[in-house]
Order: sequence, then structure tokens, then C-alpha cells
Amino acid sequence: MNKMTKSDKGAAYDVMKVRADFPILAREVHGKPLVYLDSAASAQKPQQVIDAISRAYGHEYANVHRGAYYLSETATAAYEAAREKVRRFINAPSLKEVVFTKGATEAINLVAATWGRTFVKAGDEIVITSVEHHSNIVPWQLLRDATGCVLRIAAVARDGSIDIEEFAKVIGPKTKLVAVAHVSNVLGTVLPVREIAALSHEAGAKLLLDGCQGIVHEYVDVQDLDCDFYAFSGHKLYGPTGIGVLWAREALLEAMPPYQGGGDMIDSVTFAKTTWAPPPAKFEAGTPPIVQAIGLGVAIDYLNTLDRAAVAAHESALLRYAMTSLAQVPGIRLIGTAPGKAAVQSFVMEGAHPHDLATVLDRSGVCVRAGHHCAQPLMEILGVTATTRASFALYNTMAEVDALIAALRKAQEVLL
Amino acid sequence: MKAAPLTDDLRTLYQEVILDHGKQPRNFRVVEHHTCKAQGNNPMCGDRITVTARVSARGVLDDLAFEGKGCAICIASASMMSEALTGQSTATAHKLFEAVHDLCTGKIDTDQAKAAVTPDLSDNIDKLASLSGVRQFPVRVKCATLPWHALLSCLDGKTQTTTEK
Repeated sequence: MNKMTKSDKGAAYDVMKVRADFPILAREVHGKPLVYLDSAASAQKPQQVIDAISRAYGHEYANVHRGAYYLSETATAAYEAAREKVRRFINAPSLKEVVFTKGATEAINLVAATWGRTFVKAGDEIVITSVEHHSNIVPWQLLRDATGCVLRIAAVARDGSIDIEEFAKVIGPKTKLVAVAHVSNVLGTVLPVREIAALSHEAGAKLLLDGCQGIVHEYVDVQDLDCDFYAFSGHKLYGPTGIGVLWAREALLEAMPPYQGGGDMIDSVTFAKTTWAPPPAKFEAGTPPIVQAIGLGVAIDYLNTLDRAAVAAHESALLRYAMTSLAQVPGIRLIGTAPGKAAVQSFVMEGAHPHDLATVLDRSGVCVRAGHHCAQPLMEILGVTATTRASFALYNTMAEVDALIAALRKAQEVLL
Repeated sequence: MKAAPLTDDLRTLYQEVILDHGKQPRNFRVVEHHTCKAQGNNPMCGDRITVTARVSARGVLDDLAFEGKGCAICIASASMMSEALTGQSTATAHKLFEAVHDLCTGKIDTDQAKAAVTPDLSDNIDKLASLSGVRQFPVRVKCATLPWHALLSCLDGKTQTTTEK
């Protein structure tokens, strides 16, 4: 494991240098070096983010948008600076369009509860896909139950790809919203989002992208993607938990009613009538996740110090190596082999349930996700109850792929 | 050798009897003319076990079987449960549930489990004690107890249970 594979050193991208920024990667689990292959569930944090959180609480902390004193001004400036970092990171035209939420789940629920409840009527259609995470299914089911709208599903092909033709089949004049993953969390499939945007807009529908995995593995330029809403979480982007982002076009945010009522989201309050603050404040009732936002901003700073094309190339190389290596283990079937996919690989092993596999792998220090990945409808389509998933991040190495394979072979000894 | 205890832990969890019942579960079917049926779900992993039983007027489990998808621990537990309780009373089923639950969470050992049930179940306790390897793997306790929760729901006339209660 400590032996580095050729391709881990000497390349343009210095993965060992990057690893040194992530203190947790130096620890052991069950007496073995940690091999963390579950970044699609939540990514580890660089020291820069950990330090920023500590510094914010230790030196610059106060509530934001309130106090007329130095510390509050400093905290407010740091919080708003984080918003600007996000804006630049996704190339949003305006700061007003960047709403901080507690996560991607809340961002999607916000759209369903505000835009959905206002503009979606009985008989209107919402298009999702069969690869969606529960967080991009259940909010629309709640909306369906409340409004009588109809959910339509674009079907996934056997290899995990979703052809644009599948969208053409389900997007039509009744479509109000198309809400799809940018990148599938189970299969790694990168959806043809620009084509989906064109189809959606032709039909007069809005497009929401669940960008949880997309923003990690792809360049995201919301203007270029031509979507209407983009949601993602901070913790999968090497930032803290408890912070997410909803980007939406300004005109949409203007037209949407508030999500929650409270402090910070009002213009003026009387018992007779309350008027709302303009976006994004309108959607950020109460004390926001201040330090989490600052931490996310620093995670973005961190990513900006890296050559992101080199990161993408590194992740692709890891995926290719993992796919080849996994395919050589007897009894393993890869789930999700769409061309151009992101560095997420699900698989099943004949005769071994994913949970048993994950338990044995854990004892080798290898962390993988086993289960339905919050995508039970997809599991049903794939004909499995669960899969094992290895997901690769900018700090993973080829040697860690080897460790995964070795642990899988050991699991076969124990389980088969 | 540093690695040895780790393997021992795993060997205790995945011992022969578990793997045998996991791969070739007994009574993996639906009971004909069943009088009760319940599904147990583990929402964390998506595992599902459906227990069916035919309970006589005298409260005896004349037939007990299960179907579903689950990990080796869960399937082995269900299989051993069906073996142990076929022909037993519902009262015994409740007692054995408690004993197995306490074995898996480490509250009692094999001898205490034997003392808690009728002597004819001694051999079954020996087998079921193989499930107690889960105590070293806290997240896996639910895998072992899921079929038993489904059984209790079945006997209590409920149709659904989950490990998240």
C-alpha cells in the first residue's frame, strides 16, 4: 500500500502534495492506512478549511447583518465574501442569485416549496430521471401530493447513460420543470445537460440541476449550462457540512415567495403587512450557517489553487484504472459504464452482499459505500437491492485502487 | 503478527454456520395458507425480509418461512430463526426473540441465553450464538435482528416493521 504505483509520482499533478493537505488521510483505521473511497458521500477537508473554521470561531466570530460593531462587520464581510467566491466559481451573473442553504437537499426543497407551490398546477408535469437521488425525487412527490401535478421519468439505459431521446419522450407542452442530476451519484453518468436545457426551454419549462456530484467533477458555469436552478452542497466539495448553495436566475428568485419567515429576510415588518428583503436575503431567514459559508469559500479558494484540468485528468485516470482492475476480479460486475462518466464506480460481487463486503473492506482500512445510495428506484431498475460504490477524489491514488482490489480479494476469501 | 486479530474478528462474524445459512437458507419460501405475514425493512441498506407463518388455534407455529433480500448475516439469522421456531409456541418465539436480541447486543452470553429458553432450544441457541459476532460490528446488529423484528410484527398482526423504530 505504501509502495507508490508509477503513475502516482512524476505526473504533472502531484497527488502526494495534495494528500499532505488533508490531515485525516494520514490516519489509520483498524491498524491499516486509511483508504478513503467514499468522497461522493462526503469529501475530506483540507487543513486550509479546518484552519479557516477555527480562525473564524477563534478570532472573527459574531452574528452577521446585524451588529454595528467591528466583529459583526468583519463576520458579515467574510460571509458575503464567501458568496462572491461561490458566484465566481459557478460564473453566476449576480450575487443576488447565490442563496446559501443548509445543504443541497434544502436547496431543492426550497425550489419545490416556493417556486413549485406558486407556479405548478394540477396536471402540470415535472420530469425527473430514474437515476435521481431521493433528495431530487421526494420533494417533487410532496409537490405532486400538494398540487396534483404529474411526475414523469426519463429512463436510464443498461450502461447507465441517459440518451437525450429519452428526455424528448417525456418533455412536452405540459412540462413545467425538468429536475435532474448533473452527474449520477450511483453511476457517475454525466447527463447531457446542455441538450436537456435546450429541450426544456423549447417546451417552456425550467431546468433544475442537482449539482452535488457535478460541481465536484465538472467545471460548472451556470450561464453556459443554461439551467435555471443549480443546487449543490459544500461538504462534497471539500467544505464543511451544514452549507449548501441554491443558484437561481434572479427573475425567478424575485417571483418566488419566501421559503421560511424570520429575521434577516424582511424589508419591514408590521402586524398588518411584511415586505420581503430582495434575494438572496429573502431566502435566508434566521442566522445563517456563517462559519460553514466561510469554510466553503476557503474550500473553493483551495480548489482554485489547483490546476482543475489536471485534477479532472487525475480523477479520470483513477476511474479508468479502477474499472480495469475491478473487471479483473472474478465475480465482479460493474454497474454504470456510460462513456465519459465521472470518477464514481458501483459494482456488485457475485455471492457477496454489499454490506458484508463493506464490513470486510473496512477491516482493511478501505472505506466504500454499500447500500442503495439514496436511490432505491434506480436499484430496482438495476435489479439489485444494493451496490458497493467506490468514489474517487482529487486526493486518491492508484495505490489506493490496488488496496481496494486486494481488500476485495480478501473479502472473497472470507465470504465465499 | 499485527493483522491476525482483525481476521479473527471477521472470522467470528463470518463463521461457517453463518455462511452456510447465508448461502443456502432454510425455509426460504412463502408458507402455504399462512395466517400472518409481515415485511421487515432496513431503510439504511434497503434490505427487505418477508416473514410468513401458519399459527394454529393453540398458538403453535406450525410453519414458519421467509423470503427477501439481505446480507449474509440477515439471511442466516432468518434461516436459523425459521429452523428454531417451527413447531414452537408464539410465547417461545417471544422469549427467543429477547434472547437473540440480547446475544447480539452483548447483554448476555450463550449460557444465559440457554437459561432464558426451554431446554429443547439449547442446540438452536448454540447455532444462533454464531450471530453474536455482530457485537464487534455495531452497525451490523440490525442486520441480525431484522428478521426477528419482522417475526414479532407478523405474530402481533402487523404487516410492516423497520429497523429504525
